[in-house]
Amino acid sequence: MEIFQQILFVVALVATAWYITKRVRLIARAINLGRPENRFDHADERLKTMLLVAFGQKKMFANPLVGVMHFVIYAGFIIINIEILEIILDGILGTHRLFAPYITPVYPILIDVFEVLAFGVLVVCVVFLCRRFIARVSRLQAERHRELRGWPVSDATIILVAEIVLMVAFLTWNASDSVLRDRGVGHYGELQGVVPDFLISQYLKPLFAGFSDTALVAYERTAWWLHILGILAFAVYVTYSKHLHIALGFPNVYFSDLQPKGEMQNMPEITKEVQLALGLPVTTGADGSQVNDNGEQPAEVGRFGAKDVQDLKWINLMNAYSCTECGRCTAACPASITGKKLSPRKIMMDTRDRMEDIQRGWQTHGNDYQDDKSLLGDYITAEELNACTTCQACVNACPININPLDIILQLRRYRVMEESQAPASWNAMFSNIENNMAPWKFSPSDRFNWADQVNEVK
Amino acid sequence: MTQEVKTYTVPTMADMAASGDEPEILFWVGCAGSFDDRYKRVTIAFVRILNHVGIKFAVLGPEEACTGDPARRAGNEFLFQMQAMANIQVLNGYNIKKIVTACPHCFNTLKNEYPELGGNYEVIHHSQFLQGLINEGRVRVKDGESFKGRRITFHDSCYLGRANKIYEAPRDVLAALDADLVEMKRVRANGLCCGAGGGQYFKEPEPGTKDVNVERVEEALGTGADTIAVACPFCMTMMSDGVKNKNREDSVRVYDISELIAQGQGL
Ligand code: SF4
Ligand code: SF4
Repeated sequence: MEIFQQILFVVALVATAWYITKRVRLIARAINLGRPENRFDHADERLKTMLLVAFGQKKMFANPLVGVMHFVIYAGFIIINIEILEIILDGILGTHRLFAPYITPVYPILIDVFEVLAFGVLVVCVVFLCRRFIARVSRLQAERHRELRGWPVSDATIILVAEIVLMVAFLTWNASDSVLRDRGVGHYGELQGVVPDFLISQYLKPLFAGFSDTALVAYERTAWWLHILGILAFAVYVTYSKHLHIALGFPNVYFSDLQPKGEMQNMPEITKEVQLALGLPVTTGADGSQVNDNGEQPAEVGRFGAKDVQDLKWINLMNAYSCTECGRCTAACPASITGKKLSPRKIMMDTRDRMEDIQRGWQTHGNDYQDDKSLLGDYITAEELNACTTCQACVNACPININPLDIILQLRRYRVMEESQAPASWNAMFSNIENNMAPWKFSPSDRFNWADQVNEVK
Repeated sequence: MTQEVKTYTVPTMADMAASGDEPEILFWVGCAGSFDDRYKRVTIAFVRILNHVGIKFAVLGPEEACTGDPARRAGNEFLFQMQAMANIQVLNGYNIKKIVTACPHCFNTLKNEYPELGGNYEVIHHSQFLQGLINEGRVRVKDGESFKGRRITFHDSCYLGRANKIYEAPRDVLAALDADLVEMKRVRANGLCCGAGGGQYFKEPEPGTKDVNVERVEEALGTGADTIAVACPFCMTMMSDGVKNKNREDSVRVYDISELIAQGQGL
């Protein structure tokens, strides 16, 4: 019997590892669709940002209450992983609380900490469900934000409910285990005197008082399996979900933009064109990007700006996989606030959806498959793009340093420079700048006329 | 009693260079500061302050051109770089080191975006510059209008605040006035855009439930302020239009921080 459980456990473990590896490779391949860009510079600054923003959750504390609640789930997640180690070893070796005899004095303290965190996670998940469905926090409501309709809301709910189930399984497992230990049943009894009651689960023991020994063992086994299989299933599920942020959040912050928020990225391929047009000597970009290491000109750039995910940078694509769909960006966006179609969260979700559609294409038609869709047009519309004021509120609001504005700008560049599709009044502004050196139709020779009024009384 | 007649001068770089002279700072006026009737008054107020404290400055005058900010943000990178390269040629030709500008868009572009194209300058926004003058005691607000009992609220511009993390300088400048500073709910990093950035100023807004500037002005009026202080030409227009939209132009005024300082000094 025991050996059968062990085999089953190892099979589940290996299957999960195999499947997750497959998913990770698929996602990595999709992120690699993006254009290369060196984000390995300034390691010190990047590390510091990651420690503050990802590990320290700095931006989550912009709203202290939610910050604390999220921190409980986050700490619970990281610390309970230590406990998984014992569960996995128990599962493989067919042992029961393997570590207990070796670290007797600290063991109960450890489990108490896990229990407190598990209870905290449980409470926070219930509060988070209430925020969504009872307090109806605006940024999380599908009626107000079309990008949330359908799967995104289910995804969020599934995760919260799953976490509640996992935590209940963990706490009741400890409780039923304690009762079996008290009764001295089988190998459970062996730990009598070694392992005491635990901080939270001791209060759940009365629930099991009426159980027969057999029923109790059955419950204990079920809860144990539910907890560990649930965790394995969760790990697989995460690769399909906005919950991928629990893994990608860290590298995403590490590789995030370091320049001032107002600085829009330069296009060195255009610098060359402009230098030629103005009859200036062609220089290399500040980052040497015009000329590669061999001193050759790099291959011609395919497009100015971005039409599809392949034209974006890999960091834009990693951003999309990391997005938690929390909507802080959208709640801060002046265009969204005033009812325009633009929602920065939707920009990120569309980018991810586009990549997932491409992935599905690869899986059904082979790795060279290409459909005739593109991010611009089939997912994101011109109306959304044109509404952006480039105010960077979304960039500032994102707890994991995602930059929706960067994608918006690259799509705008494609529309304007490749498709000549700017709104008519923008075209007028462009030609004014070109002809009059100002966005308005004034003669450049009148530019200094204001000086005549300097001595007039106001 | 004879009233002292103040005369203000606006030297150009061309004149200075011709006489072999160099200014301490270049005042970058910007397109709005040069052409927009309302914003010209801000330019003039700032020039009067510069004259008053006796700083040796110059402007480019007709040699100045749009930095290219609205073109770049609307997606026309080619046009932006054409403007940038031409401006950099002029600035480098005059060997400019230090630039002051009242426009956060010009400020951001000159400071953050020109270096990669070969234009490296120390760029200062006029709020920082005025803050410096006040700290050094070169500007004392007492000779002109009194601000006692007036309520002023400051609207953060995106390209000054979030873009470049300048939140305190304009507030410090306003604190020099003897007024009540009241803050709106969305301020500093959480400030709400006026609705004009990213090229929006030059086109109709997309359909929605409200215009951004109206949303922002409602918030500003909610503070009970009689003066909305701004530090950006686009914010100036958007806030003024919003106040008109709410029919409050008789009781609520929109001023640039340099105008308030000039008023306080009687310039
Ligand atoms: S930068 Fe654009 S998308 Fe982001 S908050 Fe501002 S208007 Fe919205
Ligand atoms: S981009 Fe950032 S702020 Fe916006 S929904 Fe995604 S995680 Fe949240």
